[in-house]
Amino acid sequence: MYRSHVLVCGGTGCTSSGSQAIIDKLNFEIAKNGLDKEIQVVKTGCHGLCALGPIMIIYPEGTFYSRVTENDVEEIVSEHLVKGRVVNRLVYDETVENGEVKSIQDTDFYRHQHRIALRNCGVINPENIEEYIGTRGYEALGKVLTEMTPEQVIDTILASGLRGRGGAGFPTGRKWQMARNFVQDGGQKYVCCNADEGDPGAFMDRSVLEGDPHVVLEAMAIAGYAIGASQGYIYVRAEYPIAVKRLEIAINQAHEYGLLGKDIFGTGFDFDIGLRLGAGAFVCGEETALMTSIEGNRGEPRPRPPFPAVKGLFARPTILNNVETYANVPQIILNGAEWFASMGTEKSKGTKVFALGGKINNTGLVEIPMGTTLRTIIEEIGGGIPNGKKFKAAQTGGPSGGCISPENLDVPIDYDNLLAIGSMMGSGGLIVMDEDNCMVDIAKFFLQFTVDESCGKCTPCRIGTRRLLEMLDKVTKGQATMEDLDKIEKLCYYIKENSLCGLGQTAPNPVLSTLRYFRDEYIAHVVDKTCPAGVCKDLLRYEIEKEKCIGCGMCARNCPANAITKTDYIAPGKKLPAMAIDPDKCVKCGACMDNCKFKAISKK
Amino acid sequence: MKSLEELKAIREKMQNQVGLRKEDAETTRVIVGMATCGIASGARPVLNAFAEGVAANGLSDKVVVTQTGCIGLCQYEPIVEIMEPGKEKVTYIKMTPEKAQEVIDKHLMRGQVVAEYTFK
Repeated sequence: MYRSHVLVCGGTGCTSSGSQAIIDKLNFEIAKNGLDKEIQVVKTGCHGLCALGPIMIIYPEGTFYSRVTENDVEEIVSEHLVKGRVVNRLVYDETVENGEVKSIQDTDFYRHQHRIALRNCGVINPENIEEYIGTRGYEALGKVLTEMTPEQVIDTILASGLRGRGGAGFPTGRKWQMARNFVQDGGQKYVCCNADEGDPGAFMDRSVLEGDPHVVLEAMAIAGYAIGASQGYIYVRAEYPIAVKRLEIAINQAHEYGLLGKDIFGTGFDFDIGLRLGAGAFVCGEETALMTSIEGNRGEPRPRPPFPAVKGLFARPTILNNVETYANVPQIILNGAEWFASMGTEKSKGTKVFALGGKINNTGLVEIPMGTTLRTIIEEIGGGIPNGKKFKAAQTGGPSGGCISPENLDVPIDYDNLLAIGSMMGSGGLIVMDEDNCMVDIAKFFLQFTVDESCGKCTPCRIGTRRLLEMLDKVTKGQATMEDLDKIEKLCYYIKENSLCGLGQTAPNPVLSTLRYFRDEYIAHVVDKTCPAGVCKDLLRYEIEKEKCIGCGMCARNCPANAITKTDYIAPGKKLPAMAIDPDKCVKCGACMDNCKFKAISKK
Repeated sequence: MKSLEELKAIREKMQNQVGLRKEDAETTRVIVGMATCGIASGARPVLNAFAEGVAANGLSDKVVVTQTGCIGLCQYEPIVEIMEPGKEKVTYIKMTPEKAQEVIDKHLMRGQVVAEYTFK
C-alpha cells in the first residue's frame, strides 16, 4: 500500500504546459530517494482549474500545488515527500487562509460545484480500469444486467429527469424508450456517443473522455441493454488525440476484464464499442450528419422525421447521446432517480458542466447544479473579471447560443430559462465578456464560424448566413443604415425557420440576442459611426492630444506605417514640437498608444 | 472476469487505494505518521488498531485511515492526526493501541476530543 499519492493532471491543458515532463522527473526523483515503494505517481484527467496548470495534488494531505514546473519537482520531493514539509511558495494561494492551508474543496472555485459527470476527473488514473472499478465503476452495469429489466432501466432514467447535455435538452429516457419500443424485425440496433465537440471554447466532453473514459463505455453498455442493442460507436474528433488514445486503452481493458464483448457477467448480454474518428467538421455534431459520417459518407444532415430512434445508423433504430449525458447514467442507476431529481430546477435536473473562458480569472471547467445563477458562476467560481473591468455579457451555447446581458445575471440557469432569455444551454461553453468587447464584433465572430462550417446542403444556411455576415460587416465598417438592421433581423428569422438542421436553425442566435440586448451598440455603429468598445477598426481613430505631447517621438519610431510626423506646435512647458497622426496612413494597430509614456494618445 | 464477485473483489482492493484521494465534505481522515521515526516508536500497531477499530464500529463509510510521512516532531511519535470536515485538525501524540481504542470510542464515535493525548 502506498502511503501517499501524487496526482498530476494529464489533461490537454496541463499536458501542453508540460505536465508529462513533471511526471517523468517525479518518478526519477522519487526513485532516487528510495520512495518508490511508498509513493505512487498518478496521471489523472482534468481538475478544472486549467488557468493554474500544471496542477499537482498530494494526498492524503490534499495539498494543491499550482503552476508547477519541472524545476520545482526536486524541491517538492525532498521537502514534501521526504520531510513532510509543504512547499508554501507553490501552494494555490486560494487554499491558504490566515497562514493555514485549507481543503481545495473549500475554495471559491470548488465550493459551489457539485461533481457528478466530472466526479472521477482529476481523481483516478484514466488508463487504469481498476481505479475506475475502485470508485464503484461497472457496478451500475452489473446491477442493470442482473437485477433490472430494460423497462426498469428506462423508467429510472425517465424518472430522473435527465435531459440531453449536448444542447437541445431532449429527455434522455424518452429517446431510449422510442428506440426500445421500435421492434419491427428484431434486427440490430445501435448506441452512439456524440463526442464531436465543436463549439469554440467548449471542452467538457474532452475532459470527461480524457479523465474518465470508462464511464462512457459503461453508460453505453447500459443504454445497449435498455434498448436491445449489441453494438455501439463513439464518434470523436481526431483533434482530441489524448481522448482518442485513452478511449482505445479503456476499450481494450474493458475487453480484457470481460466488461465489453460477449456474455457480460455471464448474463448472455453482448455489447461491443467501436471508435470512429471525425475529421473536425462542425456539422458532424448534428445527429443525422454524425451518423451519415459513421456510415462512411460525407457528413451532411438529412431531414427528420424519421428520427434516429426509428431509422438511424445504417437505417436501423439508433440512440445518440452526448458524452456528458452518458457520464450521468451510471450514477443515476447506482443512487436512484430520486437522488438525481432532487438536484436542479423543476424541469432541468442534476448538474451541468460549463467550460469557463474569456474575460474571467479562473478559466477552466466547472460543474454546478442546475439553477445556479450566472452571477455565482462568474463572480464566485470564476473569481470575477480581470483588471477590475466591468461585466458586459456572457455568451452560452457557442455559435448556436446567445448573449446574456447584465440584467439577467440572477436568472437561475436551466434549459428553459436560457431559451426564454434568447440564449441556449448548448454544450456548455461560457464565454465572459467585459466592456472592451464589441457585441457586433462578437456576433460577427460566431457568424463567421457558422459560415465556414455550413455544410452547404440547404440554401438558407449556405447563402443566408453568408449574406447575414456581409450585412454585419457593413455595420462594423460604419456603412450600414437603419433599414439594414431591420433586414438583418428579418433574414435571421428566415434562416431559423427554413434551415434543414440545427446548425442553420441556430446560426442567427448570436446576432438576434445581441440585437435584442445591445441594440444601442448596433445603432452607435450605424448612426454615430463609432464603436463604443473601440474594437471595430474602421470606426476607430487614434489621436495625439497636443497639449500632453512632449515630442519624444516614441510613437513615430514604433509606428509601422510611418503615419506619425512632427507638427509646428510646441505645447506650453514642453521643449519639443508635438506629434500628429495622419488618419489616411494610420492602420490602427495601437502601437503608438502602447508606447506613449505620457498617455497623450487616445482612441476614439 | 465473468462474475459480479470478481468485480466486487477488485473494487474492494482498489477502494482503499483510491479512498486516499477522497476529499468529500463528509469524510473524516485519520492519518498515522509512518516514517522511520514513527514505525520505530510503534506506529504500526496503532495504525492497525485504528484500521480494525474503524471497521469494527461500522465507521468505514465516514472515516478513512491513512498513513503519512514524518511531520518533523519525531520525539512525539507515534503521531496520529484526525481531520474532521469543518473542524480544526486534532493531533494526538505518543499513541498506543490502547489509546487508539479510546480515541475511536470518544473522538470518532462521540465527537469528544481526548484532550490529554493531544499535542499542546
